[in-house]
Amino acid sequence: MTRRVIASPLLWPALALIALLGLNVVLTPSFLAIRVEDDHLYGSLIDILRNGAPTMLVALGMTLVIASRGIDLSVGAVVAISGALACAHIAAQPDGNSVTTVATAMLIALGAAVVLGLWNGILVSSFGIQPIIATLVLMTAGRGIALLITNGQIVTVTSERFRVLGAGYALGLPVAILVSLAVFAVVATITRRSALGMLLEAIGVNPEASRLAGVRYRTIVFAVYVFSALCAGIAGLMIASNISAADANNAGLWIEMDAILAVVIGGTSLLGGRFSLTGTILGALIIQTLTTTVYTAGITPETTLVFKAVVVIAVCLMQAPKFRRLLRRRRGAAGPPTVPDDDVAESAPRTDTVAAS
Amino acid sequence: MSTQTLNRRDGFLPAVTERIRGRYLSPVASFILFVALFATIVVRYGFTSPSQVFLNLLVDNAHLIVLAVGMTFVILTGGIDLSVGSVVALSTVILAKTLESGWPAPVAIVFVLLAGTVLGLLMGTVIEYFDVQPFIVTLAGMFLARGLCYVISVGTLPIKDPLLRKLGLNYLYLYEDKFIRWTVVIALIVVVVAIYVLHETRFGRTVYAIGGSRQSAQLMGLAAARTQVSVYVISGFCAALAGVLLGVQKLSGYSLNGIGLELDAIAAAVIGGVLLSGGVGFVLGAVIGVLVLGTIQVFVTTENLDSYWTRIMTGVLLLVFVLVQRVLVRDTR
Repeated sequence: MTRRVIASPLLWPALALIALLGLNVVLTPSFLAIRVEDDHLYGSLIDILRNGAPTMLVALGMTLVIASRGIDLSVGAVVAISGALACAHIAAQPDGNSVTTVATAMLIALGAAVVLGLWNGILVSSFGIQPIIATLVLMTAGRGIALLITNGQIVTVTSERFRVLGAGYALGLPVAILVSLAVFAVVATITRRSALGMLLEAIGVNPEASRLAGVRYRTIVFAVYVFSALCAGIAGLMIASNISAADANNAGLWIEMDAILAVVIGGTSLLGGRFSLTGTILGALIIQTLTTTVYTAGITPETTLVFKAVVVIAVCLMQAPKFRRLLRRRRGAAGPPTVPDDDVAESAPRTDTVAAS
Repeated sequence: MSTQTLNRRDGFLPAVTERIRGRYLSPVASFILFVALFATIVVRYGFTSPSQVFLNLLVDNAHLIVLAVGMTFVILTGGIDLSVGSVVALSTVILAKTLESGWPAPVAIVFVLLAGTVLGLLMGTVIEYFDVQPFIVTLAGMFLARGLCYVISVGTLPIKDPLLRKLGLNYLYLYEDKFIRWTVVIALIVVVVAIYVLHETRFGRTVYAIGGSRQSAQLMGLAAARTQVSVYVISGFCAALAGVLLGVQKLSGYSLNGIGLELDAIAAAVIGGVLLSGGVGFVLGAVIGVLVLGTIQVFVTTENLDSYWTRIMTGVLLLVFVLVQRVLVRDTR
């Protein structure tokens, strides 16, 4: 059991998260306190959950893309476009608060996201362009398109119903985090309770071999890019709804980087073939907690980036096999090794835990 | 006998067209595109002095040229460097800050170049010796450099040093009233040195070999590890130099400088025919890519379009060239 915990790829991210939370408790003793006000929960932890929801959602989509040995750089642009379309539609209607207006706005935004996902999917699977370049096209042009939709302005909307998604509460929790967790539950069920996750990993390990083995390469690759764009579309709605405005310049800026970081911190390899959705959730929480920690520690918020860089490098090095081996050798020289040096013993439970997550 | 018939069939002209169809296609296509775009703009807006418009392109994009040269080295090995935009910003801020605290200009410049080089060395080392993907490492480098900018200064710092002002403001007359600035001279020197290094030295050939196949290069006994680290060092140095050029051009250091500049550098390289999978491309191609991007910028500003049109057009161009490259790779294989 202990060996299984030590070998689990989720160990380092989980420890990092606990360490960060611990640091916060030292800095502000009331950090973990959650109180009830106006029928919903209040507290730093809830804030972390709410503010981290968009990144978490985008990172979930990114996980599947990366598992197929791809990458999706265009999610930030999709976030901006989706928010811009929704706000532009609501602002153009006489009654921004009616159910139909808000519903159509969301449908338009998500429809556009799906189209953009299809676009990426076509470039990657039909034209066979490297994912990083294929999505770079939309990353470069996408924010321009979002600005085109909003005419270069920040479109503000007054719609209580639209605000629910990003700033509302249900069952005492922020709606945003409930949406993200629901998506997580659905994706985890679909990929781990059916063969889909395994097929995805097969594509990530060796696209050609999996195709020859009868895996529907094109369909699955299409699906992951569409899903990633859809997640980005929902995240775009959350961000726009949270501030009741579409800021095409800044909405979702660098969210692709945060999402990729969350995925990598969570133990999914950028080389594809192995993914952990739980790890991604942990990764997204680490990034958000880090930002909050910097705020509560009273350090100027601009320096968050420095801490982010340090954490990224630390976690990535911890996961790099070469660095681990180096550490182990050092430890082995100093005394008896505490971790079994046996690669088989280590890798066997690892696949187990990933499959279970 | 057979060689002769072969030779006759592969005469000079077919050989040239064959070469153009190969890896020269993309640079040649972007060069033609550049000439066409440039001519259109000159005719459409009736610029009285086309040569000065061209020289202004160089003046405005001197920093991007240096950046694209560094990026070409990295991409040729099959890697990527996302940190360059932030390193540019960091360089302008360090330059302004050190000058403000009374350092002489040459010392400050050397210090800035050293900082960029060391950052590149660190990233290259992590990439090579710990097997972490370039994408992630340089992403962390991007965050680190941008964060350090804010640590040093949040606001704009002016650069008042007389030597640097001279470097940035003085005209260098070529003939009659046609001028460039000293920044262009520095950028062109970088281009020439890079061309020499890539095409005439053992190091340059190793860079191409790694991009072709890392494993083969290593099995051939080439210094693959050292070269792999070196390209990130070169890219870091180029980014720092580009930062100096931008700082001199704007005569200020600001932590929000150069946001998205890494994308421009990558786009320039791709448009100029540098394959992102590594092993194929030329420094001059990347320079042509920069000129194409610069021309689009000129078009957007003279046409009085909103600045986001630059991004959309860059994206469309990128798409076209990626598709061209795709067809090309399919043909040659």
